[in-house]
Amino acid sequence: MWKWINSFAKPEKAYWLCDVLQNWFAVVAIASLSVGLVWGLGFAPSDYQQGDSYRIIYIHVPSAILAMGAYVAMAIAALVGIVWQWRTAYMFMVAIAPVGAVMTLISLFTGSLWGKPMWGTWWFWDARLTSQLILLFLYLGVISLYTAFEDKQQAGKAAGVMAMVGVINIPIIHFSVEWWNTLHQGASITKIGKPSIALEMYVPLLVCILGFAAFIGWVTIIRMKNEIILRDLHRPWVAKRFGGAEFASVDVGGAKLSDAENNDKQSLKSGGND
Amino acid sequence: MRVLLAQQVACEKSDRQLFSDINIELHSGQLLYVTGENGAGKTSLLRILVGLSQPAAGYVEINGHDCHKVVHGASERLLYFGHKQGISQLLTATENLRFWCQQHAIDTNDEAIHAKLAELGLTGLEDIAVKNLSAGQQRRVALAKLWLKTDANIWVLDEPFTALDVHLIAELESKMKVFLNAGGAIVMTSHQVLNIDYPMSNLHLEYSW
Amino acid sequence: MVALKAVFLKDLALAYRQRAELMQPLMFFVLVITLFPLAVGPNLETLQRIGGGVIWVAAILSLLLGMERMFRDDFADGSLEQYILSPTPLYMIVVVKVFTHWLMHIVPLFLISPLLAVFLNLTMDMYVALMLTLLLGTPLISFVGAIGVALTVGLHRGGVLLALLLIPIFIPLLIFATSAIESASMLLPYHPQLAIIAALLLFSVALSPMAIAYSLKVSQN
Repeated sequence: MWKWINSFAKPEKAYWLCDVLQNWFAVVAIASLSVGLVWGLGFAPSDYQQGDSYRIIYIHVPSAILAMGAYVAMAIAALVGIVWQWRTAYMFMVAIAPVGAVMTLISLFTGSLWGKPMWGTWWFWDARLTSQLILLFLYLGVISLYTAFEDKQQAGKAAGVMAMVGVINIPIIHFSVEWWNTLHQGASITKIGKPSIALEMYVPLLVCILGFAAFIGWVTIIRMKNEIILRDLHRPWVAKRFGGAEFASVDVGGAKLSDAENNDKQSLKSGGND
Repeated sequence: MRVLLAQQVACEKSDRQLFSDINIELHSGQLLYVTGENGAGKTSLLRILVGLSQPAAGYVEINGHDCHKVVHGASERLLYFGHKQGISQLLTATENLRFWCQQHAIDTNDEAIHAKLAELGLTGLEDIAVKNLSAGQQRRVALAKLWLKTDANIWVLDEPFTALDVHLIAELESKMKVFLNAGGAIVMTSHQVLNIDYPMSNLHLEYSW
Repeated sequence: MVALKAVFLKDLALAYRQRAELMQPLMFFVLVITLFPLAVGPNLETLQRIGGGVIWVAAILSLLLGMERMFRDDFADGSLEQYILSPTPLYMIVVVKVFTHWLMHIVPLFLISPLLAVFLNLTMDMYVALMLTLLLGTPLISFVGAIGVALTVGLHRGGVLLALLLIPIFIPLLIFATSAIESASMLLPYHPQLAIIAALLLFSVALSPMAIAYSLKVSQN
């Protein structure tokens, strides 16, 4: 079994897996999101305290939870990449990072939208929003670090270390921000999501969470396929699969290059000795 | 005695494969001369052999220790001389070498270090900050390590003759010959033609287009 | 042991020969703190309220500025390669280097802090809390920060990226440290906050050396 799992370290096999999973994720995402969002935004009962403005939680809560989840997934991929040297793990990291960052943005934006009717301001420093903001910075840090390196294998390792440092810090940040919040604002306000939620509101929320998760999976798979092709452009399996005149004379260990790649080689040469 | 073993070593830089399936077996008293154009991967290969860079695939062993599992274990009797000189610009030559000897558990004192520096033509320059020396002089300070780590049994030298004058090149070559005759092994790259009267094997890296 | 002591003495010697450079983060620290009375007005009560936070933020920023030199020169001149290839494990060398760096940067900070406490009208209790939190918290900044430094040492414009990476990580420390100072200002006990900072410190000193060593090797690649 380990051999089968290890085979996914090869980009070609990982690409095959992405192909297989892509449509399933798409179907689940579209189905769950349409059902969940319509149900939650349209048909779930109004909240007796907040009226209809609470409905934003059907977007806010899934995006907030999954932004955190995506970061954890990214960190696990980083661990796999660093410990077992899987190239595909780094590719997964690259694929999911911007998706997670956008999820965090969505949660911040919808959280802010929610705040206006609740507290009358566009931004409020409550524990969850503050944690999400810091999570966004953690994402941006990992992404910036990755783009700063030219050698993408090295970039993956560096960004991976940062992702793992971040994931260890997330519970610490969460706890400290919550504590900071109770210290400075008193206990009355931090009730978002804490009170027991009625079943008729809860079920569409679960459906939305599933939908968002599937959506993240779908987009990540598409991005991952892209990343695999981009990184493995010069390998024979890519040529065989996507064939075409430019790739006609590819072989292992080196390639006849089109003019664009020639320029790339020139800069490699003039960059000094290896 | 087998000093260096490399099996199916492959190297990738920026997603391009530089070389693959490199196999090397080096025994005491052998000299391996690695050649190739600029950019072919000579420095990358040497760095993989000593354990500074991770190979894309393959296994490297020095004196029986896996180079990439426990780098400091494998490098106990290794001497690596790379593009970067490995000496601090703000310290003097003596301080640099004294520090290096302390790092490598070499028992020595300042007189011995001064003597070695004198051998390399650096008399009078021992106590100036290295940054005030010329490039060639700095190179010589760095090379003094070869004279100081006497228990090393493998030297990995990346273009050691750079910035040296003819006289010093000859001296280094004779030093290398003495080392080889005493049972040391050397892996080296160079742009110059080697004038060592000693049997050598050659590994040529092609720059693949 | 001899090797580690040698690393310590070498870094001290290098720091001494670059002492002008060492002064810069310190001056930055003082300048940033000076900006606040200028920005929010000299009302002593306001300054006392924000004082602990201001000094801590300035300390984090100034330490971040000074952190870059931890591995920069060793990376550039090849000493780092020689460290990796020396008989002493890299993670031990790293602990000594980070400790020495912390010492070099924190001692001047400590010496100047009474002045800054006066600038911001801190009470004696607040000042003691500040010193204790700095004592426990700054090594944490150095050790965890060193991971970021090690990752960015090979990059050309690593400075701002370093801050971007590390500031979110330091937020918990900032929260607990400033809370301790605030408790001190109200004459309340602040052992819990100190204990948490100490726990974070122990945690990071235990785990970071391996992470720093690995990051240095990644940068070497």
